[in-house]
Order: sequence, then C-alpha cells, then structure tokens
Amino acid sequence: MKILKTLAGAVALAGLMAGPALAADMTVGFSQIGSESGWRAAETTLTKEQAEKRGIDLKFADAQQKQENQIKAIRSFIAQGVDAILLAPVVATGWDQVLEEAKDAEIPVVLLDRQVDSSDDLYLTAVGSDLEHEGEVAGEWLVKEVGDKDCNIVELQGTTGSSPAIKRKAGFEKAISGHDNLKIVRSQTGDFTRTKGKEVMESFLKAENGGKNICALYAHNDDMAVGAIQAIKEAGLKPGSDILVVSIDAVPDIFLAMQNGEANATVELTPNMAGPAFDALDAYLKDGTKPEKFIQTESKLYTQSDDPKSIYEEKKNQGY
Amino acid sequence: MTGPGLSTFRRILPQLVALVVILALNTAIAPGFLDIAYANGRLYGSLIDILNRGAPVALLAIGMTLVIATRGIDLSVGAVMAIAGAVAAALITSDHSLAVTVLATLGVGILCGLWNGALVAFLGIQPIIATLILMVAGRGIAQLVTEGVILTFNDPGLIFIGSGSLASVPFPVILWVFLGIVVSLLFRSTALGLLVEAIGINRRASSLAGIGTSALLLAVYAASGLCAAVAGIVAAADIRGADANNAGLWLELDAILAVVVGGNSLMGGRFSIAGSLIGAMIIQSVNTGILLAGFPPEFNLVIKAAIIVVILVVQSPASHTLFAYFKHRPGRAPDAAPATPPARETGKEAAR
Repeated sequence: MKILKTLAGAVALAGLMAGPALAADMTVGFSQIGSESGWRAAETTLTKEQAEKRGIDLKFADAQQKQENQIKAIRSFIAQGVDAILLAPVVATGWDQVLEEAKDAEIPVVLLDRQVDSSDDLYLTAVGSDLEHEGEVAGEWLVKEVGDKDCNIVELQGTTGSSPAIKRKAGFEKAISGHDNLKIVRSQTGDFTRTKGKEVMESFLKAENGGKNICALYAHNDDMAVGAIQAIKEAGLKPGSDILVVSIDAVPDIFLAMQNGEANATVELTPNMAGPAFDALDAYLKDGTKPEKFIQTESKLYTQSDDPKSIYEEKKNQGY
Repeated sequence: MTGPGLSTFRRILPQLVALVVILALNTAIAPGFLDIAYANGRLYGSLIDILNRGAPVALLAIGMTLVIATRGIDLSVGAVMAIAGAVAAALITSDHSLAVTVLATLGVGILCGLWNGALVAFLGIQPIIATLILMVAGRGIAQLVTEGVILTFNDPGLIFIGSGSLASVPFPVILWVFLGIVVSLLFRSTALGLLVEAIGINRRASSLAGIGTSALLLAVYAASGLCAAVAGIVAAADIRGADANNAGLWLELDAILAVVVGGNSLMGGRFSIAGSLIGAMIIQSVNTGILLAGFPPEFNLVIKAAIIVVILVVQSPASHTLFAYFKHRPGRAPDAAPATPPARETGKEAAR
C-alpha cells in the first residue's frame, strides 16, 4: 500500500515536472535524413503537418544524407533544450555517444522508420513498419483474390540484398505457402526502378508464352509495378484483369493506375510515422507511460474499391 | 570498290562473332528466343527487345566513341541523361509544344557537353576529372528540375519517342541506327574522323600541324552531350516520367564498356562507331539473356562479368599473338604462312 502511494507520488511529481512540456507548447526537434526519395519527402510533409495540428513547435533539420549532420543537429537540439527529439537515422551504427548525451539531458528520442544498433535503453521507442508483414498482406490479398484457381506469379524484387527486398519476398512467400495453386514461376530484380521494372517484365512476358502463362505480378514497390504495367500493355494484354498486379508502398501514381483498372492492390508503407511518435511522446511526457520499444505502423491494403481517385488527390500534395 | 567496306567488316568481325555466339547461347537457354511476331502494329520478340532496350547505351556509345577517340572519356553522360529527361518532362508538363521541348532538351545536352569540352580543351583538365564534375553534380541539377519527384507526363508525341514505332520498328531503334549512320558518314566521308584520331594520337603535334584541336574537342564533347540528351529523352519517354535518381544510372560505364567491347582502345587514336554499336548490342544481349534464363538475381552481375571477361580476353593483343602462333606454327603445311614473323605483326596491329 505504502509502495503504491510512493509510486503514485513519484508519478505525480514526474507529471508536475513535465507540466510545462504538455502537448500545447511542446518543442520537438526532428532530424531527417534528407530528400532521398519521394516517400521521405512525404514523411517530412506529414511530420510537419502532424506537428502543426497538435500545436507542437517543430524544429526541422535536413541532414543531406550525412550522419555527422544528424549528430550535429541532435547536439544542437539538446543545447536548445527541446522536449523531445525525432530521429530518422541514415545508418544503423555510431549513435551510442550522441544518444547517451540526449539521455543525460533527459530528452526522450524516438526513432522514425529505421532502426539503430544501439542498446534500446538509449531511446524511448522506434516507430516503423514491418517489411515482412507488408509482403504478407500483399500475399494474403492475392490468395483471397485467386481462390482455388491455379495461378503463376512473377515477382519483381527490389535491389538484390537490400532489406526491403529480402523481407518483402519472405513475407509474400509465407502468405502463399500452403496454397499449392499459387506458384512463383519467375523472380528477378528490378532495382526498385520503373525502367528496370519495365525491362524485366518484358522478358518475363517473352519467357512465359507471351504472358499467357502469367496470372499475377507481385512487385516489391509501386514504381516497378508502374513500369511493368506499361510492358504488359505494350504486349497487348490488360494489366489488372489478364494479369493481376499487386505491389507495396502506395505512392500516388499507383492510385492513378488503380483508377484506370490497371493495378489491383497496393500495401501502404505509411509516411505518417510522426503521428504515432507524437502520441507516444504525449503519453510519456504527461504521466511517464513508457511505450513499447517498437511501435508498428499499420500496413494498410488499398484496392480498386477504395476510391483511388480521391486518395491520389490527397497523396499528390504530400510531396511524393 | 569494296576495299573500305571490307576492311571495316574485317575490323568488326570479332565483335560480330561474339554477338552471334551470345545470341546462340540465348537461343539455347530460352527456346523461342529468335521468334519475331507482329502484334499491336509493331514487331515483337526478344531480338527486338535487345535492339530496343539497348538504345540508350547505343546512343551514348556513339558520342563516347568520338570522345574516346580523342583519348578522352565522358563520365557525365548518365547524369546528362537524367538532366535531359528532367528538362523534357518539365517543359512538356508546362504546356510547351513537342518541338520546343525536344529542341530545348537537345540544347541543354549540347550545353552540358560544351561545359565538359571547355574544361578539357581550354583549361587542360584531364577528361576523367573534368567530366566527373558533371557526373556528380548532374543528378543534383536533375533533382532541382524535377523538384525531387518522378515527373510524369502524358503527351503522346513525347511518349512516341520512347515507345512508339515507325514501320513496325520501335522508334528508339530507328533513332540509334539513324544517328549511328549519320555520325559515321559525317566523320568517315570527311577528314573529321582523321582529325579526331590525330588529336587522340598526339594533341600537341596535331595543334602544331594546324588542326583546331580546341574547337574539335569542344565539338566532340558537345556531340557526346547531344547523344546523351537523345538517350535521356528516350529513357524518360519509355517510362512516361523523368526519374532523376535512377535515369541513366551507371550507364556511362556501360557505354564505355560498349566502346571497349566494340574493339576500340581507350588510348584513342582510332575508332569504329559500328564496332561500338555492336558492343552495345553485345552488352544488351547478355542482359536480356540473363533475364530470360531465370537464374536468381544474385547471379546477374557475376554472369555478366564472366562473359565480358571472356570477350575481352579473346580480343586482347596477347591472345591475338597466341592465335597467330597456333595458326602459323612451324611444322604445319608449308603453304600456310609466309616466312616473315607474323605473330609480332598481328600483335602490333591489334595494339594500335
């Protein structure tokens, strides 16, 4: 009983100390990697949007793909005495020192999208998506869509050896295992680009009897799918009906293709990593609630029935 | 007179043999490789794919051949492709006409080439360093033009350049064959080719002999920029979008490889555009063959490297000497060879 009271007192005290830092006037530093891709630009846009919506004063630092810039940014955030730091780490290693400095200053750090190799008591939590789960969601959609029919799948992999390529492949294979009517007949890398996606799809079509043997395409990202869709069209087949198309990322252009009936489904890698991060920070700064060490974002499935046109309009302005 | 034609044919014979061998390999691993059908108003088949997919590298190789003939090198062509694609997409999406878009894009390509040429010709910077500048900065420029996104367009005219077909042949194929013939004629039916080779052999001596080497160098790098711009338009039109991050990525290396596989020396002084174009087709045949074979993607680069090594070893002066030795081995039929030491002669010719 006494322990409980002490504990309650401690929590109240912590709450009191954190009092001035409540959401309304919270200052958060955000060290972003840079603008390496459309997705990251969208992540930056949404983080700023989320901060504005919650009345958070966001200090943004673009590291231009350099770790030393990120470390400098974090040190300057600490010097400015921010309430919390968001970090999208450009590499996994080399963060121990600066994370300890943040810890000593009692500033919670939340990792966005990517992980670090440091011990997990150096940061509050990490927000990210589960790459393997994304592949699974895509696979499950295809299993349901195809039913009992035989289906030969061709797969466009991401850059060979990259973790999205490995995990999205594994997740998809997990989802279709046990369904003997689904079979991956060809799998090649398309380097995550439209050009290679188109070129590789052309060769798949040639190798599989002009595409007549192919029932579905699984692409590790939307850009490769967009390229492949053009190859399918140029071969005189209808993407979306002759060959089903499922991919991952949910970039705006795939919604255009879905609207035209040329793509069937995409799994979203949400650029809104900041929303869950701010929620966790709010709870932590208010009453010290410690979040889980990994907050998994939702891998939402979009199909042609989800009004692709309005989603396209919405996503178009997020900086993809 | 069949003299010049015959000597060109002799010169590119090893490349032709290599190409035929690789095509034969492809036929062995992918049945139906040689099939060509007619569908949707254009020819359709793996061979057509090779001609079509090889277009960007073939276009780059034309310009690269000229640059390498002057003992230079142009590392910036991949980045210039990205810039050209970005400029074309930006202009067409802001409602400029197709003619304005294409001409302006080609102009930008020439400008990039002139920049490289000026660094080499007037400032005397080594070509590999001079063009490295634009190779690194070019993608940034392209990113600025596209504002960091894949800039998509729907203009049917521009798309035609990348995926249309003329007389049932894909348009990019027509482009590179046409450009190859025009440039070959321009350089071979005039003294231009000779002058370019003279710069490659000894720029100082050429200058002293009264050749306007600076102007020629400028022109050659500008031509390379122009070829890169054409390749950039083709690549962007093919996917209906300008991808500043990935368009033409590492293609400068493929173009250099095409020139070398085509039997040209990086030491300059001698060039064959036909050889380089066949080199580009050899590279693309290897790429397409790997895709058709269905190996796991982890092996792609290893297989490609192995094939290229074999081709280069067979072409090397050392193996020419070896062939010549076996051909004229003492003790063979006496009418097989003249008495002069042919091995050394052949070796010298190959090394030139």
